[in-house]
Amino acid sequence: MTVPAIFAARGSADRLTGLFWRRPRLLLVLLLTPPLLWLGVVYLGSLATLLLQSFYSIDEFSGVVVPEFTLKTYAELLRPANFDVILRTVVMSAAVTLGCAVLSFPIAYFAARYAKGRWKAVFYLGVMLPLWSSYLVKVYAWKLILAKEGIITWAASATHTTAALDALLALPVIGGNSLSTSYLGMFAVFVYVWIPYMILPMQAALERVPTSMIEASADLGATRAQTFRTVILPLALPGVVAGSIFTFSLTMGDYIIPQIVGNSANFIGMAVYQLQGTAGNIPLAAAFAVVPIVIMLIYLGLAKRMGAFDAL
Amino acid sequence: MTAAVEFACVSRHFGPVTAPIKAVDGVDLTIAEGAFFAMLGPSGSGKTTCLRLISGFETPTSGQIRIFGQDVSQTPPHLRNVNTVFQDYALFPHMNVRDNVAYGLMVKGMGRAARYGRADEMLSLVKLDEYGDRKPGQLSGGQRQRVALARALVNEPRVLLLDEPLGALDLKLREAMQDELKALQKRLGITFVFVTHDQHEALSMADSLAVFNDGRIAQIGTPEQIYAQPRTRFVADFVGSSNVLPPAMTAALGGPAKWASLRPESMYLSASGPISGTVTALRYLGSGTRVVLRVGEADVAALVPTGAPVPQIGSASAFAFAPGALHVMEGE
Ligand SMILES: Nc1ncnc2c1ncn2[C@@H]1O[C@H](COP(=O)(O)OP(=O)(O)OP(=O)(O)O)[C@@H](O)[C@H]1O
Ligand SMILES: [Mg+2]
Repeated sequence: MTVPAIFAARGSADRLTGLFWRRPRLLLVLLLTPPLLWLGVVYLGSLATLLLQSFYSIDEFSGVVVPEFTLKTYAELLRPANFDVILRTVVMSAAVTLGCAVLSFPIAYFAARYAKGRWKAVFYLGVMLPLWSSYLVKVYAWKLILAKEGIITWAASATHTTAALDALLALPVIGGNSLSTSYLGMFAVFVYVWIPYMILPMQAALERVPTSMIEASADLGATRAQTFRTVILPLALPGVVAGSIFTFSLTMGDYIIPQIVGNSANFIGMAVYQLQGTAGNIPLAAAFAVVPIVIMLIYLGLAKRMGAFDAL
Repeated sequence: MTAAVEFACVSRHFGPVTAPIKAVDGVDLTIAEGAFFAMLGPSGSGKTTCLRLISGFETPTSGQIRIFGQDVSQTPPHLRNVNTVFQDYALFPHMNVRDNVAYGLMVKGMGRAARYGRADEMLSLVKLDEYGDRKPGQLSGGQRQRVALARALVNEPRVLLLDEPLGALDLKLREAMQDELKALQKRLGITFVFVTHDQHEALSMADSLAVFNDGRIAQIGTPEQIYAQPRTRFVADFVGSSNVLPPAMTAALGGPAKWASLRPESMYLSASGPISGTVTALRYLGSGTRVVLRVGEADVAALVPTGAPVPQIGSASAFAFAPGALHVMEGE
């Protein structure tokens, strides 16, 4: 008996594979249709509706949405009270992003370049574990930690550093009555909840920087600081930017932490929440919601201009 | 002449102390200033590790390394005036070719105009004048290799380390680059330490070469010495695929009862030759045919030049060899 040169199709699986081989695009279309439907209709569709809403306005007397194109709602954003909310949110988001980046880098660097085997597992667990517990639980836990009667106050008095804590709280603007009612406390909680979203992309980017590149830099006479500035950072920058997009946009959109921690100053997320709910001002809520999108686009444009994606 | 690099019983072990991987094991080595020194050996024999010990990316487990007489055990890589052409070139992908080449000058604080001037000089030295504005990703393998060379040479190092720099190139380009490298080294007078596992490359380029095996140096000498007078069976076999004759056979051929080597190209077919047996394999090599003869327990190969008659597989045949071709080895 001779072995056949061409096998007969054994069943539908063989026939399907054959069909996909003859028409490679078919498989692609089949695979992409459901997610594209979801993304295109549900996701982009609602985004478009949001945009549309922001160009409507509300009738001040009846409180009814007037479905006519106007820039009135956007002009309202520039009113001092509203503009303050935007400014406050952007500054907080930038500070949180910077804080996350500075704290993440050493951890991500260690994980990417030195951690092996068991230490790598410890790293992933350590970073992800906090994500498994409820966000609300974490925020309320932080409120207790930061409260006037909380662990931090207690620890400060136990180590006789109450004076330092008081000096910190006495700082203008960012200080306050206690950590849990100050911008400082809010900053700490934001950094805590969003830092995994910075560490992971950063670690992935750093892992992709070949060791030989770092050695080549040292070989050519660069100090550690020079290598960091001219080789590691530019090569890891896409990861840092990816992480900063997460931390920046997550902070900008959050409406829970500013309610629980801090001095109850308004943030974009809270403003959207109140405007679409109790106030029933959907157009202004939509306009507020567009602000983070615009800011992110500007940010990405700047990052691209600075060459953050050149190494991609 | 001073020694550019000296190894005094240098070892580099990896892994647990109880069962170490001896990547480099008790190596003694002197590389003369201005020499083209090759390190030859099979994969995993410790060549790269030796280079990394010189550049400072590995520290010896024991022993001492001196560069131009100075002990470098406390000197970090960036303070050694030694540059490396890496096995994978390690060009910086986010910089263009000119910035890559100027990198060493940049980190030493040279101004932009001056360092770009020097970089362009270097690029023309390696015949890449037109390529300064490209990114490394837009270059061919051979061009990348030359950028890596220019990037190292721009620093005017005292010693240049090259780790299999021609490994990724095709044969034609490789031969061209071999000649270029050799000419460049003569012109600049810089000490080159060149790692390769290609014996032809090592023999044709080096002034002096070390054959590595299992982290140790099997033999060190000029290419002629290594080729004609291998000290051990390993060297004879690895460099030029020589015939290694067991002691009994050496004695039968009129030598002492020791291992000996006999080069295939110094043998010829001769009906009355002293080495007789059955032809077991023929391999056509273009310039000649390698004829393998089964003699008792051993295989002996001879190179028959193209044009001369070649015996058939299975037929009885005999070889003779030129007087003095039989080299008796000192080592095992
Ligand atoms: N960092 C390391 N950890 C553990 N073992 C290592 C390390 N570096 C090298 N070795 C081992 O040391 C030995 C020598 O390695 P080396 O890279 O010097 O070989 P080589 O001669 O350059 O080989 P090749 O021709 O394949 O490049 C190998 O067995 C290798 O597995
Ligand atoms: Mg190697």
